[in-house]
Amino acid sequence: MYIEVKGASKKYKQGGKDVVVLDSVSLDIEKGEFVCLLGPSGCGKSTLLNVLAGFERLESGSVAIEGAAVTAPSPKRITIFQNYGLLPWRSVLKNVQLGLEPQKLDRAEKIRIAQKYIDLVGLTGLEKQHPRQLSGGQQQRVSIARGLAVDPEVIFMDEPFGALDAITRMKLQDDILKISREEKKTIVFVTHDIEEAVFLADRIVVMMANPGRIKSIVKVPLGDHRDRTSEDFLYVRDKIFELFNLKADSYIEYYI
Amino acid sequence: MIKRLRPVKNCVISVALVILVWQVLFQVSRYDAALFPSPKMAFFALVEMVRSGELLQHIKTSMIRFAAGYLSAVLIAVVLGLILGRLPKLFQYINPAVQLLRPISPTAWMPFIVLLFGIGDVPAIAIIFIAAFFPVLLSTVAAVSNIDPIYLKVSKNYGITQPALTWKVIFPAAFPQIANGIHLALGTAWIFLVAGEMVGAQSGLGYAIIDARNNIRADILLATILVIGVIGILLDGLLRLIEKQVLKSWGGED
Ligand SMILES: Nc1ncnc2c1ncn2[C@@H]1O[C@H](COP(=O)(O)OP(=O)(O)OP(=O)(O)O)[C@@H](O)[C@H]1O
Ligand SMILES: [Mg+2]
Repeated sequence: MYIEVKGASKKYKQGGKDVVVLDSVSLDIEKGEFVCLLGPSGCGKSTLLNVLAGFERLESGSVAIEGAAVTAPSPKRITIFQNYGLLPWRSVLKNVQLGLEPQKLDRAEKIRIAQKYIDLVGLTGLEKQHPRQLSGGQQQRVSIARGLAVDPEVIFMDEPFGALDAITRMKLQDDILKISREEKKTIVFVTHDIEEAVFLADRIVVMMANPGRIKSIVKVPLGDHRDRTSEDFLYVRDKIFELFNLKADSYIEYYI
Repeated sequence: MIKRLRPVKNCVISVALVILVWQVLFQVSRYDAALFPSPKMAFFALVEMVRSGELLQHIKTSMIRFAAGYLSAVLIAVVLGLILGRLPKLFQYINPAVQLLRPISPTAWMPFIVLLFGIGDVPAIAIIFIAAFFPVLLSTVAAVSNIDPIYLKVSKNYGITQPALTWKVIFPAAFPQIANGIHLALGTAWIFLVAGEMVGAQSGLGYAIIDARNNIRADILLATILVIGVIGILLDGLLRLIEKQVLKSWGGED
């Protein structure tokens, strides 16, 4: 397996009490897979992602990528945050170059690579702008370009489109799906939006809270080109709704 | 256009008011005109000082001392602050000492400094240094410990390590708050320059005041005070301008 999580457990102290955030979570992810972590607030999605990315350590259990235990963040595995994490004093071009700076590349090469990914995420012409001159959607595109520029093997995304309006969010979902197929990255994507998970994922890891655990893992057999209104799409979505007990009886009756 | 001129208008009115009050006080006061001169007399004294080149000489001396004390304080305090802000465990031992030294008026050090270094440039520079150092140090430490942790998380992810981390991420992230401290310190330092030159120097604007007193030239004394005030305002305006320019390029122009 490419990414292997075994018996991952973690507690936090909250008001003197221990809260079990991850209760013996095990999960395997294949190379090139697009996995969504889906669940209600507080079920430990971000914690699991931070552990995978090396920002946080487990109490017990293990996380390994390509057989090597994850102990610290690495440019091979880039995390994209909900609030973008852009450096406001840098232009778009300079932000995208950030991860190239520790590498021994000449200036022209850095600019060439940064420009390539700025073009890829559709921000051509905005290179000289600063983050606060951009919309939220554009800022998240910059952060995606910055991530892609260092050519990571894995991309972790923690509710990256959570702060965006519905239309912008769908545009970005289209683009990230396309990019994930073209760039062949392994992506672990946290969301609490069921439709977003169904639209993007090869597999959806459904999580529950108190204690944080995996309830089930749902395969999404929808292929590379997805249509939010197709019957297959709605079928998978309804299956997830059922997992969360969100389908009220009256709602079902209405459709019968 | 009228809106843009309003600050100028307010300024003119304000200055006119001061001169008016001064003139009235002069008329009603029973002091000798040599001890309490009129605005006009102070103005003529100013013209006299400009003509003789004496004023320019004093200003030059004071400005060089000010630049030396203030700039070195800012530089050292910012560098130290950047280091200490990242080492909270070390700073917790240094902070009490800083808090103990900070409330001591820089003037209190004067006799000691004069004893050690004698009269001249050093006491004035030292007092400016002390006055500027603590506010800049503390605001830098606070700024560094307040920076959004996401910048550090992102840097770690992209493999940005020291020393690049400090000058590429921590310093720019903390800069707006550091600039605040640098600005505050300017005013304080200028105030103490005069104190320093009154006690520890034989030249400069502060000394010019003492010298005027010794010669019982209240007109020159008041003219010098006015010059000190005007230079203070100009320095503040200059720094404000630089600050605006830097912050503009910091976050993109509007
Ligand atoms: N540093 C921390 N200290 C204490 N408790 C924490 C800490 N980080 C997270 N928690 C707690 O752990 C639980 C899981 O948090 P986590 O952020 O992983 O949830 P999440 O599934 O990402 O939720 P959301 O959808 O709201 O982002 C929550 O109850 C949270 O309050
Ligand atoms: Mg979260």
